[in-house]
Amino acid sequence: MNGASDDAPVLRVSALRHEAGGRTILNVDDFEVPVNAMLAVLGPNGAGKSTLMRILAGLQKPTAGEIEFAGKTGETAVAALRLRSAFVFQSPYLWTGTVRRNLELGLRFRNIEDAERDRRVATIATQLGLESLLDRNGAELSGGEAQRVALARALVLDPDVLFLDEPSSNLDAEAHAALREDLDRVARARAGSIVLATHERPDAFYLADSIAVLRAGRLVQTGTPSELFENPADSFIAGITGAELAMRGVVTSVDGELLTVRVDEHELQAVGESAAGRTIKLAYRPEDLFLSRTAPEGGSARNRFRVQVTEVRSLGALVRVRMSGPAELVAIVTRAAADELELAEDAEIWVQIKATALHGFAM
Amino acid sequence: MNPFAEAWHLLMDGDPYVLAVVLRSLTISGSALVVATLVGLPIGAMIGLSNFRMRVPAIAIVNTGLALPPVVAGLAVYLLLSRTGPLGHLELLFTPWAMGIAQVALAGPYIAAVTLAALESLPPDIGLQARGLGATRLQAALLQLREVKTSLVAAVAAGFGAIISEVGAAMLVGGNILGETRVMTTTIVLETRRGHFGIAIALGAVLLAVALFVNVVLAGLGTRTRRPVLS
Repeated sequence: MNGASDDAPVLRVSALRHEAGGRTILNVDDFEVPVNAMLAVLGPNGAGKSTLMRILAGLQKPTAGEIEFAGKTGETAVAALRLRSAFVFQSPYLWTGTVRRNLELGLRFRNIEDAERDRRVATIATQLGLESLLDRNGAELSGGEAQRVALARALVLDPDVLFLDEPSSNLDAEAHAALREDLDRVARARAGSIVLATHERPDAFYLADSIAVLRAGRLVQTGTPSELFENPADSFIAGITGAELAMRGVVTSVDGELLTVRVDEHELQAVGESAAGRTIKLAYRPEDLFLSRTAPEGGSARNRFRVQVTEVRSLGALVRVRMSGPAELVAIVTRAAADELELAEDAEIWVQIKATALHGFAM
Repeated sequence: MNPFAEAWHLLMDGDPYVLAVVLRSLTISGSALVVATLVGLPIGAMIGLSNFRMRVPAIAIVNTGLALPPVVAGLAVYLLLSRTGPLGHLELLFTPWAMGIAQVALAGPYIAAVTLAALESLPPDIGLQARGLGATRLQAALLQLREVKTSLVAAVAAGFGAIISEVGAAMLVGGNILGETRVMTTTIVLETRRGHFGIAIALGAVLLAVALFVNVVLAGLGTRTRRPVLS
């Protein structure tokens, strides 16, 4: 279900400001949760993601701001959210008793009758593979099992909006991968809209239909994963989408979005918005560098220079190569390519990068 | 007669004097415990579950109640109920009511403090987690109290043990009047001074049995384990 819906947002907050301890935690003009889609709120720790999630879910009152849910506003919207949304916390608390009791809890709050409650618990247990855990005590579960139960007790409510606040941050790699699949397969099927707060870039890019990047309490860019990847609004977003920020240079000429930038003795071509004479940062993704043993001829890559390999490190099937050139450069290549190029420390090789893969940002 | 043998016979024969003292103790302390629970538990819950401006001073006051010496509680109640005190016109001094009030003053803060401490031991966002599943504020509060019910029962049991074995306040505000305010602890003091060791030992044995019962209850509760937090 990639591709955000064109329908009106299911949930919206406007003119949102939240302060705590004399500090502004959030300052967001407008934030919309699209209907029947997964929105990731991506940002580093301390960006205000959890506060934003709690305010969106009506669990915390902002200092200022208007919340709108399903055509309702203010307290009416918050009251409606309480029964039509569900929230999974970073460290979910499993209430004393069995897994079954935990799964039934939200249904009891909604006064769902016994037969329907049993049916829904059985269904979600099957969908998430929890049948064998139903009569186990919550205290006996592993971290991965506990997080799955927390997800199940939220999904059993078939919420219109599901809030997931860093659900994978306490999990090991295996449980994390399993949770990601559960979110993609089961959560999408049972919940209407999903808001996922995460600092894990792969989760956001793998799962979400759209991504809102939050930094220091401000919304810096919202778009589809490809929009953010291809046109990051600034160097922070370029960094968060996996770009290396290596070089600084001075713009010598501008032709539309094509910039010519001087970095030491090199003239590089990049894309971005700037003006001649300005110092900018240049960012690229390590996988966008093309390495060769001999000087490249032809091709569309505008930037070519000779570098010296300073480090070759295995990442499993991939190899990370550090090089000294116009600045310290990092490339990611396959193991086969590294072997073929006979990459080793001190080797001299050529690097190419297209102008469109080199992004210039204001300092 | 050997005082231990005499104590044995007093207990086995159901001596009316001993029985009356025991029943009076249980009645006064039991009633005081009910009132102390009805007052202390909601106060502890309210402080533990809410976030209000005066919360820190309120916690300090409740915790100070934990260390309140019984004789000081007795003195405060005495001054309150004495003829010249603000509630002197009620003429409650040297009645079981006065003893009950003193015992409530002792057990109430204890139950409130333990309730508060138990709720504070839960994860800070546990109330939000309940509300995140659709609980109202009241449902979330009740759910949290259910999570600490073991501690709450232990607090009530320990509070009972404390007030039934207390002597200073009981003597001060009750006056140890025969047939009126004479309870186990004050009787033990009196009969020991009189040299009636059999009665003192018999009542001492009953007090020990009460203490044993309370500790058995606490030990039983202590064997239950709980680890519901994912970390």
